[in-house]
Amino acid sequence: MERIIFYILAAVIILFAVASVTSRKILRAVIYLLFVLIGIAGLYFLVDYNFLAAIQLTVYGGGIIVLFIFAVMLIHHVELVLEKTALKKKLIAGALSASGLAVTLWAISTYPFPETSATAYSSIEVADIGRILLSYEDGGFILPFEVISVLLVAVMIGSIVIAKGRKLVADGSPKTEDGSEKLTENK
Amino acid sequence: MNFIQMIIPLNITKTISDWIYSIMPETAASYTIMVVIAVAYLLLFAVAGLYLVLLERKVAAWFQLRIGPNRVGPWGLLQTMADALKLVSKELTSTIKIDKFLYNLAPYFVIVAALMAMAVFPFSKQFQAFDINIGVFFLIAISSIGVIGILLAGWSSNNKYALIGAMRSGLQTISYELSVGLSILTMVLLTGSLQLSEIVEAQRTGGWLILQGHIPSVIAFMIFMIAGTAETNRAPFDLVEAESELGAGFHTEYSGMKFAYFFLAEFINMFIIASIAVVLFFGGWLSPFGITDNITWFPEVIWFIIKVAGLIFLMMWFRWTFPRLRVDQLLTLEWKYLLPLNLMNLMLMAIIIWLNWTI
Repeated sequence: MERIIFYILAAVIILFAVASVTSRKILRAVIYLLFVLIGIAGLYFLVDYNFLAAIQLTVYGGGIIVLFIFAVMLIHHVELVLEKTALKKKLIAGALSASGLAVTLWAISTYPFPETSATAYSSIEVADIGRILLSYEDGGFILPFEVISVLLVAVMIGSIVIAKGRKLVADGSPKTEDGSEKLTENK
Repeated sequence: MNFIQMIIPLNITKTISDWIYSIMPETAASYTIMVVIAVAYLLLFAVAGLYLVLLERKVAAWFQLRIGPNRVGPWGLLQTMADALKLVSKELTSTIKIDKFLYNLAPYFVIVAALMAMAVFPFSKQFQAFDINIGVFFLIAISSIGVIGILLAGWSSNNKYALIGAMRSGLQTISYELSVGLSILTMVLLTGSLQLSEIVEAQRTGGWLILQGHIPSVIAFMIFMIAGTAETNRAPFDLVEAESELGAGFHTEYSGMKFAYFFLAEFINMFIIASIAVVLFFGGWLSPFGITDNITWFPEVIWFIIKVAGLIFLMMWFRWTFPRLRVDQLLTLEWKYLLPLNLMNLMLMAIIIWLNWTI
């Protein structure tokens, strides 16, 4: 049963991944990519790692794909079709992805997967993930956690500064820092 | 089988499942039970959807001093069934210059997301299809998938009103998802578990969570109901499909059953929001003051349905009381009021739990 579900999911992932890179309608490509990501979430559910599956759905399904769809909706019309890529570009992209695949396959094949007995196995709890994330002992992830937090705060402040623009002066025209007027800024 | 053990049949259906196991070999029986549960959920889905539409029309009529649907069946009870039959028999029309694949796919995104969310609710102690250990988080994850269907419907229709409606929907859902998530997180602080059945069990002793967490719980409940109404795109947050400006918004170009899917999903989403609120704040299927705890045959699902109906009535009350917001008012409400309030509320809840001031 599990084996059958795995093969179905794997076939779905591969088919939609191929469809995603070959489709010439950009929003369809995005939706095929969404199916690939949902398929991967399905694999996580299959190995009983529910937390990671839900993260996959929230971050990739709900976040990244919605961002892609927004970008496509702003710049593309429904009837537009992407132009065919040149052979040279195709070759370069193909070589790059082949090398990426080679590195991944090498890493997987050389990694010694330790065997665990089926009886000792238990589903991973969210509480354990939280504890390890904040632990500063051996195998804890407090340092990466802090670094990512600082990075996210910096990104948030940066985006606010960029989005805020410049202040309006009393007569309503925008003013730059050196006092010269600039009419293109809207705020 | 690992998957089957997670599915616990309803008390009444326990005899049915025993009976199926007695007449079939084990594998066949487990597949049969899967099919039976799927059919039961689909039926629940359809019936709940149809009768919520009827309830909405009755409530609307009551608020406007009318009678409401009263011709088909006694008190108009079969009105929405007749509507559904009409919608099934209608021709599915579409325009020429659309993206056919995405246009046909979009309704299913919305409806499948709603169906998946239904699976994790504990309707009663034994009536829960999928008791996953990250229940609440799973609900948030699924609700973020549903909006993709609306965005696709708007874009692939090749209609500017549909596109504007879809853009509004995207921006509204993404903004208000934050408030829904944060108010749920406030309550999770109190329970210490994401599993829905455990959250309900935590309320057996010590009362409903809205009482246990008193002030921050009440604030979280109010924020959750406001943000939840916005997530389902209902009035006063229905500028996604504002009739006076956009025709019908993102589903302008849809007809027949595909339109009905969007319509049904809206009502099921309302049911889902009310169910989350009932589980997180009002004790799920637990009876008030434990009055039916000792009656073993009492179907606890009745308490769940009564509480959900009360909250759904509250959301309908919103709809027929408040005028529609403008886009800028909508975003101001979320980003300038609800979100800061929610973050402060989360801190308040943490402090209250730290000082052990919960009831």
